[in-house]
Amino acid sequence: MSGSNEPGGLSRDDVMHVAVLARLELSEDEVELFTAQLSSVLAHAADVAALDLSHLEPSSHPIPVENVLRPDVPRPSLDRAEVLAAAPSVEDDRFRVPRIGGEAP
Amino acid sequence: MSTARAIAAAVRSGERSAREVTEAALADVDARDDTIHAFLTVLRDEALAEADAVDATVAAGGDPGPLAGVPIALKDNLCTRGIVTTCGSKILDGWRPPYDATVVELLRRAGGVALGKTNMDEFAMGSSTENSAFGPTRNPHDTDKVPGGSSGGSAAAVAAGFAALSLGSDTGGSIRQPAALCGVVGMKPTYGRVSRYGLVAFASSLDQIGPFARTVEDAALLYDVMAGHDPLDSTSLPVDAPSTLETLEHGVEGIRVGVCGDLIDGCAPDVRARVQQAAEALSAAGAKVEEVSVPEFAFGLSAYYLIAPAEASSNLARYDGVRYGLRIDAEDAATMNTATRTAGFGDEVKRRIMLGTYALSAGYYDAYYAQAQRVRTLVMQAFDRAYTSFDVLLGATAPSTAFGIGELVDDPMAMYMNDICTIPSNLAGHPAVSVPFGTGDDGLPIGVQVLAPALAEALLLRVARVLESAAPTGGSQ
Amino acid sequence: MSTEWETVIGLEVHCELQTVTKLFCGCRNAFGDEPNTNICPVCLGLPGSLPVINGQAVELAMRIGVALHCEILPSTFSRKNYFYPDQAKDYQISQYDKPINLNGWLELPDGFRVGVTRAHMEEDTGKLTHVGQGGRINSAHHALVDYNRSGVPLVEIVSEPDIRSAAHARAYASELRGILVATGASDGRMEEGSMRVDANVSVRPKGSTEFGTRCEIKNLNSLRSLVRAIEYEAARQIALIESGDRIAQETRHWDEAAGRTDSMRSKEEANDYRYFPEPDLVPLVPDEAWQERVRAAMGPMPADRRSGLVAALGGTATEAESDQVRAVVDLGLDALVSAAAAAGAPASLALARAANEVASGGDAGLALSPDTFATLIGMEAGGQLSATQSKAVLGELLTAGGGDPVALAKQMGFEALGADTLVAVVGDVVAAHPDEWARYKDGDDKLTGFFTGEVMKATKGQANGKEVAAELRKLRG
Repeated sequence: MSGSNEPGGLSRDDVMHVAVLARLELSEDEVELFTAQLSSVLAHAADVAALDLSHLEPSSHPIPVENVLRPDVPRPSLDRAEVLAAAPSVEDDRFRVPRIGGEAP
Repeated sequence: MSTARAIAAAVRSGERSAREVTEAALADVDARDDTIHAFLTVLRDEALAEADAVDATVAAGGDPGPLAGVPIALKDNLCTRGIVTTCGSKILDGWRPPYDATVVELLRRAGGVALGKTNMDEFAMGSSTENSAFGPTRNPHDTDKVPGGSSGGSAAAVAAGFAALSLGSDTGGSIRQPAALCGVVGMKPTYGRVSRYGLVAFASSLDQIGPFARTVEDAALLYDVMAGHDPLDSTSLPVDAPSTLETLEHGVEGIRVGVCGDLIDGCAPDVRARVQQAAEALSAAGAKVEEVSVPEFAFGLSAYYLIAPAEASSNLARYDGVRYGLRIDAEDAATMNTATRTAGFGDEVKRRIMLGTYALSAGYYDAYYAQAQRVRTLVMQAFDRAYTSFDVLLGATAPSTAFGIGELVDDPMAMYMNDICTIPSNLAGHPAVSVPFGTGDDGLPIGVQVLAPALAEALLLRVARVLESAAPTGGSQ
Repeated sequence: MSTEWETVIGLEVHCELQTVTKLFCGCRNAFGDEPNTNICPVCLGLPGSLPVINGQAVELAMRIGVALHCEILPSTFSRKNYFYPDQAKDYQISQYDKPINLNGWLELPDGFRVGVTRAHMEEDTGKLTHVGQGGRINSAHHALVDYNRSGVPLVEIVSEPDIRSAAHARAYASELRGILVATGASDGRMEEGSMRVDANVSVRPKGSTEFGTRCEIKNLNSLRSLVRAIEYEAARQIALIESGDRIAQETRHWDEAAGRTDSMRSKEEANDYRYFPEPDLVPLVPDEAWQERVRAAMGPMPADRRSGLVAALGGTATEAESDQVRAVVDLGLDALVSAAAAAGAPASLALARAANEVASGGDAGLALSPDTFATLIGMEAGGQLSATQSKAVLGELLTAGGGDPVALAKQMGFEALGADTLVAVVGDVVAAHPDEWARYKDGDDKLTGFFTGEVMKATKGQANGKEVAAELRKLRG
């Protein structure tokens, strides 16, 4: 990614790159506005980035739980008609999308 | 609107019919919700059918459940089968889920009657319900003010008396803060106590469903129905949830209360005064009240505004125009995704998706996301230390009374500051509740917040009950 | 002076696990069903859905780990974020920094050892059909998605870049397939996509320790394609380097019809997957007891079965026998040979019959009962049947799908030739060919075959070759 690697230093290029990753299109004004707003949030985050927390493990769950499994037993699937009725475009009982530009990553 | 307890008792005994209760509630919504706009969808026919079913059970001598006939409003990020679910966004475009959230099933089994789906900040991102794609909800106490957010509609529905109970979701304070601003009880359970299956995800490791009610007892009643293990949610705690109702009136004699300056000092003077009053009330009721300092809480806001958007950026990727919801057509799939998401998402959602995408991206993951997860550990450990000397903590819920509609929309950072007292509990996964406790200088409601360790909901609500019974009524006292 | 080049190959194999249901939901894991009939909120990625891990998938993943001599470790799941229409959530739940199996190896039949970096769990995508000119992605007009395969459990097995020839690559893939079938994890059907192989290929001057730029080759639908593609790609890279060009690190598509690899570079930027720990799942921690249960439940692997056959052969095998051993184990016919050897028949005979006659019988061979086979081999070994007769009975057994060899032999008129009859026939044949007899008497042993052939003709194949040879020697004196 172009732009500074320092926390808080979010550039216009960063914002535009991120918008592509997130499949969002921003107007010129929005790029300006978001760059300013996101920089402000990240500036606040700088206090966090600066802490020496190397002695701590990152937590992704508040309460440790392990080995949650389910048995290999079938459960009813959804009714195809109901699901396809909610789809924007259907062909041959499948979801139709416009042509796809590249191969799957 | 009577309390849920009273309604359920009356319906179970046959004294009132569920249908009559529901009809009255629907009529009230018709008459007064135009101004408040708590509801996005009112479930007229469905509610009456559910009420009739409850009445039939009663007539047949069966057990209609502990929530028999109680009108309940559901935040519109809860999946309701066959019923439009919007999450306050345009991008779902009339989508009707083909399944019910687990909590919705539990409520129905308990005899509750779903009155409607309530307004919210889009995808639960916000503190004022002004980020809804369908217009804001207004605070029933003053319709020029916000009800708080993101569960503003659910808070307002109960505050206005449309529903006796409502459900919201709380990721950074989205139940407790609107509860405080609307003068009702709002509680966030321990993470994993209530199933998230069917709750449209915002930030998966922080989201929890919780009750709004006008009384602590009603909140306990609703919480007890919903709490418990769900095999459809891997993060659901594999333990039984003991009843909070049973011990609700046990008082606070000998309970060690830590008055946490870090959750008070940054607030408006009238809010601080009420928290002080609350501390005194607990002391008078026999609790041992002392001050406690947990400076690590100060890092919570920054950590939250990295973790929540990061998880959200991933959770909201599925809204791509392929399988359901809005689609803006284009020549190729990627352009279609972009056009759809650009048209379908509001500004706040876009902002957070971008922030989150950035925080996770190559080169920044360790400095932002991983670091924020370490702060989370820091906050958890700080809580653990505090709880060696205290049983519960006391603080403010929101830094001020309700602000004006339109007042903070242009200043995201100022908006985010509304979560400063509520975020630590989400980061740690601990339960917390906001209890109405008097009003501010402007006459608008103030809520005080009680925090408890993981799994301590029964203690939490006991303390809340004492505060409720000691709460100042009317103007300043 | 031209450089001598070395090809460096690493293989990535995706194995679909043979579970009844998908990895994170209870939809059926079935190939070939009507499109979009095995879908639910979870594998469709509907808002509010949550994953719950299939215990059998974990069991099979652990068996693979054991079979590949990996360390089985506590593991977590991560999200791999990218937009693609066959990815229902626009992220894949996979394993990234903490996979379940690490640091193993696989030994090829010739003894060459290939390191296995990791074998981790992840979910499969839906299936895309490109519609428009040619059905190839580059010329398509639109695409259709079937999510039946979405959420099917996969194990991705990544080898170290230890392989140095296309032949060894083929052997690795073949041996791995045998292992995956033996563990019960997979049916090994490359043509149905239940085992998918991608090859990472680079070249470097022989003797160099640095790695050249590698290309990933996809769309290899058979072992033969694997070999052809590697050879093509190595040659392509060598030609480029020798003409002064750089190798671009990229993914290339193998075109079976044209016999070439084509660049799949698209206009999109390199993917930033923004991996982070999956918040909707909790860690897998397989304790010692669980790992022991997995080990105990496993049958013998192909390598064990091969050495079992070699042991039955007396501890050494000729090159021809080694080929037969490999073929027989590969086809799953080794149980037949083991049964015959255990019943006392000569293992080499059993092996030969299994590798030739039974093998050409296709699926019927797999249905043949080891006891039946052992009986037949015993009859041939004991002289009740000649080789020709034995093969004939075997053919009948395979066609009929089983039977009683003794009864069949009688039915087909394959009584053993009486000793007197044999002596008489040999005597007649010898008398009819005096010139050959003279040469044989002089010591030309090669004529044994000639006389045996004549005796066979005369007895319509009923004679036992060994007995004929013995009689001839007796007559010679």
